[in-house]
Amino acid sequence: MPFQPKSSRAQPAHTALAETELNRYVVYSGKGFGVRYGDRIYSVVILLASLSILAIIVWISAQLFAASQESIHRFGFKFITGSVWDESRDIFGILPFIFGTLYSSFVALIIAVPISVGAAVFLSELAPPFIRTPLTFLVELLAAIPSVVYGLWGIFVMLPWIMSHFVAHIENSRIPHLRIIGALFAGASAGPSMLAASLILAIMVIPYITAVSRDILKAIPRAQREGSLALGSTQWETISKVVVPYAKSGIIGGVILGLGRALGETMAVALLIGNSSPATQSGISWSLFDPGYTMTSALANGFGQAQAGLVTSAYIEIGLVLFLVTIFVNAVARLLVRVTARSIQG
Amino acid sequence: MSVLAPNSVSDRNKSHDAARYRNRVRLRKVQNVVMLGLCGLAAALAIVVLGLVLYFLVLKGIPALNVHLFTRVPNHVVENQGGISQSILGTVTLITTASLFGLPIGILGGIYQVEAKGWFASTVRFLTDVLSGIPSIVIGIFVYAVWVFPISQKFHQSGYSAYAGGFALGIMMVPTVMRTTEEMLRLVPNSLREASLALGATRWRTMLTVVLPSARGGIVTGVMLALARIAGETAPLLFTIFGSEFYSTHHVRLRLLAHHVKFTVPTLNAPVDAIPLRIYNYSQSPIVAQQNIAWAGALILISLILILSIAARFATRSKMLQEK
Repeated sequence: MPFQPKSSRAQPAHTALAETELNRYVVYSGKGFGVRYGDRIYSVVILLASLSILAIIVWISAQLFAASQESIHRFGFKFITGSVWDESRDIFGILPFIFGTLYSSFVALIIAVPISVGAAVFLSELAPPFIRTPLTFLVELLAAIPSVVYGLWGIFVMLPWIMSHFVAHIENSRIPHLRIIGALFAGASAGPSMLAASLILAIMVIPYITAVSRDILKAIPRAQREGSLALGSTQWETISKVVVPYAKSGIIGGVILGLGRALGETMAVALLIGNSSPATQSGISWSLFDPGYTMTSALANGFGQAQAGLVTSAYIEIGLVLFLVTIFVNAVARLLVRVTARSIQG
Repeated sequence: MSVLAPNSVSDRNKSHDAARYRNRVRLRKVQNVVMLGLCGLAAALAIVVLGLVLYFLVLKGIPALNVHLFTRVPNHVVENQGGISQSILGTVTLITTASLFGLPIGILGGIYQVEAKGWFASTVRFLTDVLSGIPSIVIGIFVYAVWVFPISQKFHQSGYSAYAGGFALGIMMVPTVMRTTEEMLRLVPNSLREASLALGATRWRTMLTVVLPSARGGIVTGVMLALARIAGETAPLLFTIFGSEFYSTHHVRLRLLAHHVKFTVPTLNAPVDAIPLRIYNYSQSPIVAQQNIAWAGALILISLILILSIAARFATRSKMLQEK
């Protein structure tokens, strides 16, 4: 027993001590510094530690804002709407980067969402317990693989595979000549492309969306399912008409969380997206076979070699834009998840 | 005999309805099986991808694995005679530096979130989530702007250092550690806390000697998961540690009992290397031998992360068994 209330035992209350003297013994139960001031110091220390979160966020935004002043003053809003990034002429517009970030993330989500929600439904509703535990662990493991390892695997395994099994077939088929879908598969792919980046992003966000959706699905009361099954629904009807609608906004929150991951993902995308402009006037191409940039890949590639001054300032402004976008996306996602969790519990 | 010879309209409708009903049920059952099967397929697909990643890591990593990797620095004359030992040392240095900064703040912040109530505590919790969603490359740029660049201007030396990299990784650790610490502390039954407080213990004493020890397994899990996460981070290191191809160490002389003892310690204010950074650089290389080293490095990195994650899992499991 590391702690014993010594003094209260040493001086029982019925002795003829003056009131104040009694208080001194009983209330403080000893004269140690730790007993007297410990809790005050303790609450200040833990408060400071948690305030550091606030401090870091404020510091990051202030620092990014300050370091990109030169570029903000020079270009203003044109920084976001301009489509030319030319370091030799000091013209910096990041519209193609923003487009690449949004486009690759949305394509990734289109691939990842059905798979993730399906997997989450399987994990929470269908899998017998002896499969569920190892499977959940494996999906978590998928999230633990570092981005750069996905990138390495993407270049040397996935890219050759999709080039020979997917891209080659589509290029030889009639699909590029179709009216609307054709635009997505136009041109010849030279390897690294929007498609490869989107696929690797999809693989990387699946575990996140699955984990959040599964947690939300598990939180739904049994009575909801039993009610539906008792009315004669099949299990699929119960899932699709009762369980998933009940968890809808939570799942959407998980998807937006995955979007936040995809927007900020760097290494794998930098290795697979090609980091070159497509051969169009605007620097923007809807074709999945064309290479492109994302904000993160432009940073990963260019920031290291940037000269101090306007160029560095412009790169830091990319970071600022990315920071603001992801803060917004994450805040929305977290609020959705939290509100859903609360309404399920409440 | 109405079934054999239906003579009224209502009889005919009844049998017709029954058939439609049977078909409808059959359709719903088929739909049920198909859709549930698709859900299983989705889960299987995720696992297959994981299997493919691990399979190729082993397939390409094992042949490139040798002792030189752990004992030597890169050799650009004979590539496959070189190693990445400086990257391994660098990763260990960085993780240690990051932990010194990130763990105390993370654990203390987690304690705060359990102890405090009200709007401020929940705001802090929300901000923790937001911080964990900030892209790692943005944190790298932030540390560049706040540390690397000013130091290089002021001292006319390379600002790239293990300090900067450790700081960036430390920031990334804080939210993860904070959240898991909070969750684990919440699992400790309130009766334990109350018993300690009722015996007259102060709040900090209760936390230190009663609550924290009983949540130890879970907190260790959270810490190891956070370490596993930052061990593989590359983006925050791109602009903070620069990478190097030799050991950055220096000697420290200490006088111990009349003996002068020389220690070799990693230099924290010089550029260092890290395994993920080396993988990134080598994976863009046209030289096959370097690509092979990248695979071997990835295998080493994944093994490190797997060991940490599985150890984390066992730490929680033994804790749960104790509770039962």
